[in-house]
Amino acid sequence: MANETSREQMNIVVVGHVDHGKSTVIGRLLTDTGSLPEGKLEQVKATCERNSKPFEYAFMLDALKDEQAQGITIDSARCFFKSKKRNYIIIDAPGHIEFLKNMISGAARAEAAVLVIDAKEGIQENSRRHGYMVSMLGIKQVVIAVNKMDLINYDQVRFESIVKDFTAFLKNVNIVPRAFVPISAREGALLIEKSPNMPWYTKLSLLDTIDSFELEKPPEDKPFRFPVQDIYKFTAMGDDRRIVAGRVESGTISVGSDVVFLPSGKKSSIKAVEGFNIPEKSKAVSGESTGFTLNTQIYIRPAEVMCSAGEQLPLVTSLFRANVFWMGHQPMIKNKKYKLKLATAQTPVWLVEIKNVLDASELSSVANKDVIERHDVAECIFQTFKPIAVDLASDFPATGRFVIVDNYEIAGGGIVLDTMGVENKLLEDHIAAREKNWERSAITTGMRWGRFGQRSTLVLIAGEMNTGKIKVAKALEQELFNNGRLTYYLGVSNTLLGIDSDMKVQGERAEYIRRLGEIAHLFTDAGLILIATVSDLDDYELDVLSKLNKPNDVLIVNIGEKRLSPNKVDLELPVNPDAVQAVAEITALLQKRNVLVEYYL
Amino acid sequence: MIQYRDEIAKKWHLNMVVGQNVKAIQEKRTFPDSGIPRIQCCGNLKTEALKHTLSGEWPRMKYDHKQGRYVQDDNRDAYTGVIVGVRADEEGSRSKERYFSPRDKSNEWDIGDQPPELWNQFKTDFAPGTHLRIHPLLDWTELNIWEYIDRENIPIIDLYFDHGNGKRYRSIGCAPCTGTVDSTAKNVKDIIEELKSGKFSKIAERAGRLQDKEDGAGLESLRREGYM
Repeated sequence: MANETSREQMNIVVVGHVDHGKSTVIGRLLTDTGSLPEGKLEQVKATCERNSKPFEYAFMLDALKDEQAQGITIDSARCFFKSKKRNYIIIDAPGHIEFLKNMISGAARAEAAVLVIDAKEGIQENSRRHGYMVSMLGIKQVVIAVNKMDLINYDQVRFESIVKDFTAFLKNVNIVPRAFVPISAREGALLIEKSPNMPWYTKLSLLDTIDSFELEKPPEDKPFRFPVQDIYKFTAMGDDRRIVAGRVESGTISVGSDVVFLPSGKKSSIKAVEGFNIPEKSKAVSGESTGFTLNTQIYIRPAEVMCSAGEQLPLVTSLFRANVFWMGHQPMIKNKKYKLKLATAQTPVWLVEIKNVLDASELSSVANKDVIERHDVAECIFQTFKPIAVDLASDFPATGRFVIVDNYEIAGGGIVLDTMGVENKLLEDHIAAREKNWERSAITTGMRWGRFGQRSTLVLIAGEMNTGKIKVAKALEQELFNNGRLTYYLGVSNTLLGIDSDMKVQGERAEYIRRLGEIAHLFTDAGLILIATVSDLDDYELDVLSKLNKPNDVLIVNIGEKRLSPNKVDLELPVNPDAVQAVAEITALLQKRNVLVEYYL
Repeated sequence: MIQYRDEIAKKWHLNMVVGQNVKAIQEKRTFPDSGIPRIQCCGNLKTEALKHTLSGEWPRMKYDHKQGRYVQDDNRDAYTGVIVGVRADEEGSRSKERYFSPRDKSNEWDIGDQPPELWNQFKTDFAPGTHLRIHPLLDWTELNIWEYIDRENIPIIDLYFDHGNGKRYRSIGCAPCTGTVDSTAKNVKDIIEELKSGKFSKIAERAGRLQDKEDGAGLESLRREGYM
């Protein structure tokens, strides 16, 4: 919104160990900048008096009953305060380890962070942990407030010692703080104004340091990234537009630009920028939620990333190295299926290797750990079922950061450090193990082919929903059966895989494909011609099916528009084909491939 | 407000479904009639009404565009989620909300154990039986709302404007518990100017909503149980 407000607005988060005074810092900032609602200060003071509690600035923002009762912050609260320079939304993040995921929710919204350390207690476990989290969450502007200086008589030597130790720690986690400011939130020292108690500190006060932070600019000059959220199809009143919808995460794109979709690699160019009730426009920039129409009709699905053809492209990978932090009640374990959500992609993911786990209390690495426990930060290797388009988090946060879902809950967050290719190690290992453990009888594949007069094959009929796939499949089964062939139409595949681009089943689809591959393998291994229909099959899924069905063949028939690459398709048919004609073409192809041996010839 | 709601429903052909705590109104378990506290009245007329209307336990009325009146809604299925316009800057417990906030079967809110939200990733996987609240406007401000109304020319109710007595409503609820603010803003542009001028910078938007003040954490208690 262009006319939103004349004043700048910035989100900052206040983090640190429990009881180091985060809420007091915020309460004092709110009070001293005159940002509190009228009467609030008097009201809080009166409440304290009534309950015979000494007044504390922290009471200004403990919004929840439990927080008031326990005197701790449970969830990240948002408060609003103004300096002369700009408006702030200030997020008070809980310092108690129990509420780490609430701290993360709060900090993830912030552009800058204030990390509070108690001068008397010094650096504590959550000082380090929060420092690390701030770094992982991608917050680059950080100020360290060394609080409660009054408790150590405003001692410069002790302050400098904390600066030295914590600077060294922060360097390890790639944070260069803007400043260390010695403060006393309770006494109001160096919060806003200089303090007569600390004449030795000549740099900016805490508020002035915060004011010196800069607003993040949308990354317009970076390569273009547009994770596809959905494809809008219109049918009303002859409107046949297909709008590729999503949000521009970085860069700029103009009408006429060549684009490439990853991971599929499909190409087209921008025809128009689309939006509801907007004037015609020729380009879209970072931060815009918008849509595009393309010059050529190509088949793409949500979760692909649209990029500009001439620019640096994301990496396509199914094996990658990442740093993750774990918030789940259950530890993260190997060989369990989780769900990965990265930009608009959702895909099954497995933890295959834990390189090391960081111990936040000591910040030392622990190797040889077998699981990632709650509140651990770990470097590990992940395997996705299908290749996905990712960037390194250091280059493109929006397509380089992900969350992991365990049993309905977001249980982990991670940043991509490195990619390691598209091999599906789990699938290859599985097939190798299956072959090794498969108990074979004396009846060989060749013997079966000879007996049945056919080479076992999987006939896959692909294409969009409602294009006549089932009708062709049933007619083919009938024809082959009538001619004495051993054949079976696997109707269940249609039920399992027939649901169109519903995001809910995106994660499940991988499992169905795997199951279909295993079922197909059983049938074809037994010598049958198995017929199955699959909606919206892509190259990668076909590759998985073919691998699982090995050593037997796959014949691909595509009806209508195709998502598969042209060289993958053996026979193309129009939408709702004439069944007799279609069956004739398929059987001709089966004969040509020597699937159907003709005895009488 | 009800008139405004029905006009909009008619004009835009909306599928308007309404519910009420009919019994509480009949028995006058309301403020100020019965002498019960305001918060308890909110609980009866809003929290309970919302809960039982969503669940389908209580009858729902639906606007019939052909007949031009409300008729009983035959559909008694429970709604599995609602989209609510609350904002973080309105009051304390709302400042701790999530964009996607799961509630349990009885609509209760577990504030200590909310799903994390980071990097534009939200909780979108739910166990069967979860009831969901979605708060798309959570990080909008009062000023954002008015600027959006202005930009998109959204029809609004004129109780928000001063009609010559120097008073207007800034937040609208039930009549017995809603007060006015001193203001001469007579249209949307005036309101935007007023908010930008800082006139209200020290007065909460819901300052006129008397139930908020009744008990230190009254609204939070209500919201835990399902109040908007």
